Amino acid sequence: MAQKTIAGQSIDLNDEGYMVDASQWNREVASEMAKEGGIELTDKHYEVLDFLRAANEKGETLTIRRVGKSGIVDIKGLYKLFPGGPLKYSSKYAGIPKPASCI
Amino acid sequence: MKKILILGGGTAGTMMANKLFKALDRQDWEITIVDQHKTHYYQPGFLFIPFGIYNKSDVIKPKGDFFPSGVKVIYQEIDRIDGDNNKVFLMDGSSLNYDYMIIATGTQTRPDETPGLHGEQWYKSIFDFYTIEGAVALQRFFKTWEGGKLVLCIFELPFKCPVAPIEFVCLAEAYFTEKGMRDKVDITYVTPLPGAFTKPIATKMLSQLLDEKNIKVIPDFYLESVDSEKKVIKSYDELEIPYDVLTIVPVNMGSEMVERSGLGDDMNYVETDKETLQSKKHENIFVLGDAANLPTSKAGSVAHFAAEILFENFMNAIENRPLTAKFDGHANCYIETGYGKGALIDFNYDTEPLPGTFPLPGIGPFGLLRNTKINHYGKMIFRWIYWHILLRGKEMPIEAHMTMAGKKNNID
Repeated sequence: MAQKTIAGQSIDLNDEGYMVDASQWNREVASEMAKEGGIELTDKHYEVLDFLRAANEKGETLTIRRVGKSGIVDIKGLYKLFPGGPLKYSSKYAGIPKPASCI
Repeated sequence: MKKILILGGGTAGTMMANKLFKALDRQDWEITIVDQHKTHYYQPGFLFIPFGIYNKSDVIKPKGDFFPSGVKVIYQEIDRIDGDNNKVFLMDGSSLNYDYMIIATGTQTRPDETPGLHGEQWYKSIFDFYTIEGAVALQRFFKTWEGGKLVLCIFELPFKCPVAPIEFVCLAEAYFTEKGMRDKVDITYVTPLPGAFTKPIATKMLSQLLDEKNIKVIPDFYLESVDSEKKVIKSYDELEIPYDVLTIVPVNMGSEMVERSGLGDDMNYVETDKETLQSKKHENIFVLGDAANLPTSKAGSVAHFAAEILFENFMNAIENRPLTAKFDGHANCYIETGYGKGALIDFNYDTEPLPGTFPLPGIGPFGLLRNTKINHYGKMIFRWIYWHILLRGKEMPIEAHMTMAGKKNNID
């Protein structure tokens, strides 16, 4: 585990750069983390992040399919928002653990 | 007389029926199994059929042969569970009451979930090997195929037996080499995962293996649709991969009965406590095998280890004790790699597959994360063990909980 200053705050991150404590999250932290990954967050991005945070809090299993059924964005749209690894990146910027691939 | 209902007479349901029938007093308990199909398939054997190593007759037996006489069996499709009223409705309109229930309805392949898949080219240039029909059709196709691009694509997670697609491409590589036409076959392994497998150490070992065999891996590919006329698969981020023959791991989902009963997640897997194996919605319902939404492999070995835990907790439940047995997600998978060799992995919810020996520390005989002949014999002899020991709920000399003994975790 490492600590990193993001948007003026000290944030705990695991080896893969995922936040360990979801309560340290705020929109500025998300924005700066996403910028590092080359993404400028829009309202649509934040809607996805909010959905992920709420689902994670309820203990739901997160999959790309689940986000695709959320009504916020379809799977294709999710790829456009977070290219390369939509769930991997969106959960990172949402400050939640990397979803287990269930294998 | 109290009633136990077991939904599904596959690997998980059959094991539980045998364990419970032996343990419970027949004067006090009535056990009923409901399943719509009469044939039991030895599913690990499907993998060998496309390459002519097994045929259909090697993998089928009547389900009824493995149910203890004295257990009531109903061959009917299940409509839905009414968990609030302890009732199950069958498709013929009849209903069954229960005091306790075990859901073991498994997972199914759903080619209809992927646009373009289930059309005219199905079983002509597109095949699955998770059904007897697909495996047999592929055997027929490979016999006369003259070569080209063989693409294996995993569609979505989770899917049954996560090592099967790796085994498939390894066996295909050996098959075409032995036929003297390996130079005419280009093999590509396409997966939505970031590598050949989920966990880092096993991925490293398996990636090296695939590389040595000149099998190309395309990771992070999440399939959107298949264009069976153009013969390409397309991802959500608009990559296209051409194929001549497409072998697939279709979308896997739990039974639609689970959805109709309102007990499942998005993929129709029953929401289950990952340690006690109790349904999250009803105290008198337990879940075993692929039907549960546990964060571990969907595989017979998992159902087998979980069955021992479930048995303990079931006995706890009927005698009003707390559910003290905890499942750790233990999975143990042989990986056929071709040329009479195999690898073996052993892991659970928290511990990824590590190198070492199994089951005896330092002795084996099986090597973990190593490619050996003895591992292959382990897999071949397993079919006998499956029919004669495992399904009948007899003791196996392997602990239900994973052990670190024999594993090396100080590697870089």
